[in-house]
Amino acid sequence: MNILVLGVGNLLMQDEGVGVRALEALEARFLIPPAVELLDGGTAGLELLNQLACRDALIIVDAVNSGRPPGTVVRFEGEQVPAVFRKKISPHQLGISDLLAVARLTDLLPQHVVLFGVQPAQLGTGLELSPQVAGVLEEVTLLIALELASFGADLVPKSAAPAPVLTPSGKGAPPVRLSCRLPA
Amino acid sequence: MTTRITIDPVTRIEGHLRIDCEINGGKVSKAWSSGQMWRGIESIVQGKDPREVWLYTQRICGVCTTVHAIASVRSVENALGMEIPLNAQYIRNLMVAAHAIQDHLVHFYHLSALDWVDVTSALKADPKKTAALAQNSSSWPLHSTQVFSDAQQRLKAFADTGQMGIFTNGYWGHPAMRLSPEVNLLATTHYLQALEVQRKANMIVSILGGKTPHIQNLAVGGVANAINTDSPATLTMERLYYVKTLIDDLGKFINEVYFKDVCAIGAAYADWTAIGAGVKNYLAVPDLPIDGKGIACLLPGGYLPGGDFAKFHPIRSLQDEYFQKGVHESVKHSWYQGEWTRHPWEEETKPEYTDFQDNGKYSWVKAPTFYGQPAQVGPLANVLVMYAAGHEPTRKYTELALNTVGSQLGQKLSVDALHSTIGRHAARAVRAAVLYEALQSQWHNLIENIGTGDAKTFVRPEFPKGEVKGVGYHEAPRGVLSHWVVIKDAKVKNYQAVVPSTWNSGPRNGQDVPGPYEASLIGTPIADPQRPLEVLRTVHSFDPCLACAIHLTDTEHQEIVEVRAA
Repeated sequence: MNILVLGVGNLLMQDEGVGVRALEALEARFLIPPAVELLDGGTAGLELLNQLACRDALIIVDAVNSGRPPGTVVRFEGEQVPAVFRKKISPHQLGISDLLAVARLTDLLPQHVVLFGVQPAQLGTGLELSPQVAGVLEEVTLLIALELASFGADLVPKSAAPAPVLTPSGKGAPPVRLSCRLPA
Repeated sequence: MTTRITIDPVTRIEGHLRIDCEINGGKVSKAWSSGQMWRGIESIVQGKDPREVWLYTQRICGVCTTVHAIASVRSVENALGMEIPLNAQYIRNLMVAAHAIQDHLVHFYHLSALDWVDVTSALKADPKKTAALAQNSSSWPLHSTQVFSDAQQRLKAFADTGQMGIFTNGYWGHPAMRLSPEVNLLATTHYLQALEVQRKANMIVSILGGKTPHIQNLAVGGVANAINTDSPATLTMERLYYVKTLIDDLGKFINEVYFKDVCAIGAAYADWTAIGAGVKNYLAVPDLPIDGKGIACLLPGGYLPGGDFAKFHPIRSLQDEYFQKGVHESVKHSWYQGEWTRHPWEEETKPEYTDFQDNGKYSWVKAPTFYGQPAQVGPLANVLVMYAAGHEPTRKYTELALNTVGSQLGQKLSVDALHSTIGRHAARAVRAAVLYEALQSQWHNLIENIGTGDAKTFVRPEFPKGEVKGVGYHEAPRGVLSHWVVIKDAKVKNYQAVVPSTWNSGPRNGQDVPGPYEASLIGTPIADPQRPLEVLRTVHSFDPCLACAIHLTDTEHQEIVEVRAA
């Protein structure tokens, strides 16, 4: 498996940058295996097309307005993902929506597409996440790690201390609160 | 009767630009350009280490990350009076030229061609006739009947999913669309091929810059690329030769496809050479420096007031004070406190939102001026300025474009035809061809310089006690970009970015003179106010992108095309 984890968002606008912050947290905590690439996509769109080529799976992490309380994490997969961006509930709807459409048109869309979205609380100018979103960063990080494990890419913690053991089956998964819901 | 139309947002990529027009007797009589988001990068970098600021500024915009990084390191280098290694200049030049080519290809095919090309009509074309037409005018290899037939099938399948996605903003069947089904299929097929080709330009930036969209190899004082022709971890000859093949591939597409498509569309819509001129004061800065201080540049810059070649004033180097002294910004019609007009080093950024006031404040974008006048920036300004400066490659490709379109129309076209909506597209294609030659020359410069045994890529910046000021500018894909920095005791004291879309999309200035978008729309004929395709054609021809001019404040932003009678 060749997997791209794409953090999307603008680091200069607080919670807008949660996708990129989640990748930083993931990299700080785990050794990333060669089959996985973490990419800070910023607020780019079509420029990312090249990065989708030859991937088996794409995991996008972004701020997503799902109308739920700040810090709520939602997970979408497959056909749901382009629909989220088409419905404009992510601030990057246009760039990523175009990217996914064009990737499909050129047969570059990976077979598996998953989106983790975090409900933002503050979108002002600034480098800091809001407390509500900062508080779920660990949860998001572990959810990405679990997702990667489900694709057969096990992440090894950098320090043995509090980190959970992750396996492909998800057994031995960390005791985190999953606020992650699938939409109806 | 006056009809008022509001188009919001105008761009399909990021950015929140609102255009209001008053239409009288089938023509635009008044126009307002309004940025609907607020930008506050300046406050974020205050107090930061000037060597790190580029890492933040490349986040101002999602599309133009590289250009804000380049302008930022140049501003600090300018403040310190630095001379940077030749290898660093060449590597930067390769990155910015490749980035610009990628931008121009994507702008033409993916962001604006659908204003002129009707995809639904392409579905009715005869692929065989299309192939004959294409092979007659171009040596591009991907012009077989099979290629066009495949492209048509692919489009049909895509259309059948009911998710036209990227194509949804098209005004299909609009009376202002006039290409034949075959030409529509040709252009749409190139739309698909350009998606592949733009990836190659992107790869050049990735290989040299470490990663895209956010390059990692820049540094105040040079670049962080280690050059070692033997070590695989560095910039090796193998990688550099791979870059060369990518450059060659880009050249074929630019010369055999992009350039010719733009000429064909220019000939089919020749009336648009008389529409959309607007502000004819053109400003471009020199770029692609080929010495350490940025004194000699491959591409000339200058100011062309009124489009008059006799009044051309050159901007000679990255240090030229003529540019530094000429730039001011006004907030009289912008949502900031006061009504001041100031030099960027003296500015402050204090927002003050009112509602949309036709005669008062109505935009988050400030209004820049050059020696008191609004100025148009972008590829058209760049090409006209380089033409005026006698830049040979620019003259060659400009003549080629004018002659190609002229022969299709059976008339002689002068450079005046470029002061127009279609002229902006033509200039962008000319610029892409010029940049392709520059890529080749910079690649050779780099290889030859490494061949002399020079592997230096970086010199360490030294910050003095006290205050220094600098400006870094860059002729970005959308035009003149300048970053203005004030450094005190090795920390950023003030920072302003005057971005290309600010020059073009700015509101009325301190003297109430309209900005380039606004002026360019006056007199534009509107066939159907309910579907104002003509307004979009002109605004899109500037390659609008407001992600950096302004900032997001409203995630629930509604997409509206509002039309009302007044």
